[in-house]
Amino acid sequence: MADLTTNIGALRLKNPVMTASGTFGYGIEFSDFVRLEDIGGIIVKGTTLHPRQGNDYPRMAETAGGMLNCVGLQNKGVDYFCEKIYPEVCGIGTNVIVNVSGSSPEDYAECAARIGALERIPAIELNISCPNVKDGGMAFGVTCEGAASVVKAVRKAYNKTLIVKLSPNVTDIVSIAKAVEAEGADAVSLINTLMGTAIDIEKRRRMLSIGTGGLSGPCVKPVALRMVWQVAHAVDIPVVGLGGISTTEDAVEFLMAGACAVEIGTANFIDPAVTVKVAKGLDAWLDAHSCKSVGEIIGVAE
Amino acid sequence: MKSVADLRVNAVERKGDKAVLLRLAASAELRSECRPGQFVQVRVDGAKDTFLRRPISIHHVDEERGEIWLLVQMVGEGTRQLGCLKEGDTLNLVMPLGNGFSDVETLRQKAGGKEPRPLLVGGGVGVAPLYYYGAWLKRRGIEPTFLLGARSKTLLLQLEEFEALGRVCVTTEDGSYGERGFVTQHSVLAGERFTSIHVCGPGPMMKAVARYAKTEGIACEVSLENMMACGLGACLCCVEKTVKGNVCVCTEGPVFDINELTWQI
Repeated sequence: MADLTTNIGALRLKNPVMTASGTFGYGIEFSDFVRLEDIGGIIVKGTTLHPRQGNDYPRMAETAGGMLNCVGLQNKGVDYFCEKIYPEVCGIGTNVIVNVSGSSPEDYAECAARIGALERIPAIELNISCPNVKDGGMAFGVTCEGAASVVKAVRKAYNKTLIVKLSPNVTDIVSIAKAVEAEGADAVSLINTLMGTAIDIEKRRRMLSIGTGGLSGPCVKPVALRMVWQVAHAVDIPVVGLGGISTTEDAVEFLMAGACAVEIGTANFIDPAVTVKVAKGLDAWLDAHSCKSVGEIIGVAE
Repeated sequence: MKSVADLRVNAVERKGDKAVLLRLAASAELRSECRPGQFVQVRVDGAKDTFLRRPISIHHVDEERGEIWLLVQMVGEGTRQLGCLKEGDTLNLVMPLGNGFSDVETLRQKAGGKEPRPLLVGGGVGVAPLYYYGAWLKRRGIEPTFLLGARSKTLLLQLEEFEALGRVCVTTEDGSYGERGFVTQHSVLAGERFTSIHVCGPGPMMKAVARYAKTEGIACEVSLENMMACGLGACLCCVEKTVKGNVCVCTEGPVFDINELTWQI
């Protein structure tokens, strides 16, 4: 039994495995398959100040080793979350973290403040990297100024652990990471999905309703891993790694690249119990490699 | 309760050119969870471009043999791979998923106090969930009438099985079996009054039947097959526009009352 605990700033996780926003609902949807309290953290779906209907169907296209989605932040808004969802999830017995999105720095800040008032939500993940909405989302995450403006506004309104989720759709992700660090982010998580498209050759048109979508799944893992390694070696705040993780070995790679915790996303669609399997697998892997704690492998890859 | 289960393939039966019947050994506990109209998510192993699970409706729950049946139309790489399964192989399912067709009490309500006379309308591989629904209704003392449509006779799936179960009306577009034309043109619709209609098939067919039901004032539900990723209501990919906004077909459906939908019919 290795020590699996890890920290994201002031936030303590019982193990480094979390769920990626938008792939695990509010956790409750998966309670038939896993003991939710065995997961290090549950990052629930993207929440905005006002309800959003999301994009039209079709929102999904399968690709080799992954999938594209253009859901577009469908959610019932922060008030619904506070009134209806929070009472359901606050007793889960692990960290429940809310992914927050918006279309202006003020939006983000107000949504974050509402979540901040919920006693048992210890952290938020700020989504400045959704590729599927026109207003806001990734628009903030692709420039240092945009990213900094959102984090600055949210930092004033939110005093618990603030994780900022970065977009890979940039020339230099390290400079964005440094910009959000300078504005007081407690941690960064990366990567969100990579923008892509797919074409129906019989219909001669793009498959997704808005033309493009975000690519996720095992096919993005090498890109994600490279970016995690680069960012972890450039910033002083903790890095949460995600992008294509579906096995214990994938998680070990991200930890060795410098992530202090990982998120599992699309793999939940193939195996709804994958999170707990990876957490248990990490324990076994560390034992088999004579490591007493997960900390012993974080950032060891040269 | 939903679960992930590895089921043994007891038999693979070819059905026409493009479909296979998979008969899977399933425990009594697993079988007891399945309601007609629900579906399973099948993991496809060994197909290199198939990443996601495939949603397949439950074709039958055979209590005598202790099996769950899936009728699979081979349309792409993933479903073709399922057609290559052999007896003794193992298939990994997430099941059961979705809401299912109306239960007996709801059928009685729809019949407005009269004896329920449900009409089960299927097109192509859409006949799959209707077989289990029909058998399930029959065990509960309700006689279903089936109305099945296909382009031609060779594309009518499980016809003998349906005929063994109850009264079957058939249309084929080329007239090779039953009445010539579309299901909505079958004489049974002009001659008889049903208390509810339950449809699964291609979109245009379901819309045509829904239009008929709406015009006649008959309760009608349809089983949708929007493309899905998770099947659990988490990814929000399979949404359908409804009077309540975008909802997941995998959890709020796949069966919807036509009055919940925003179809222009």
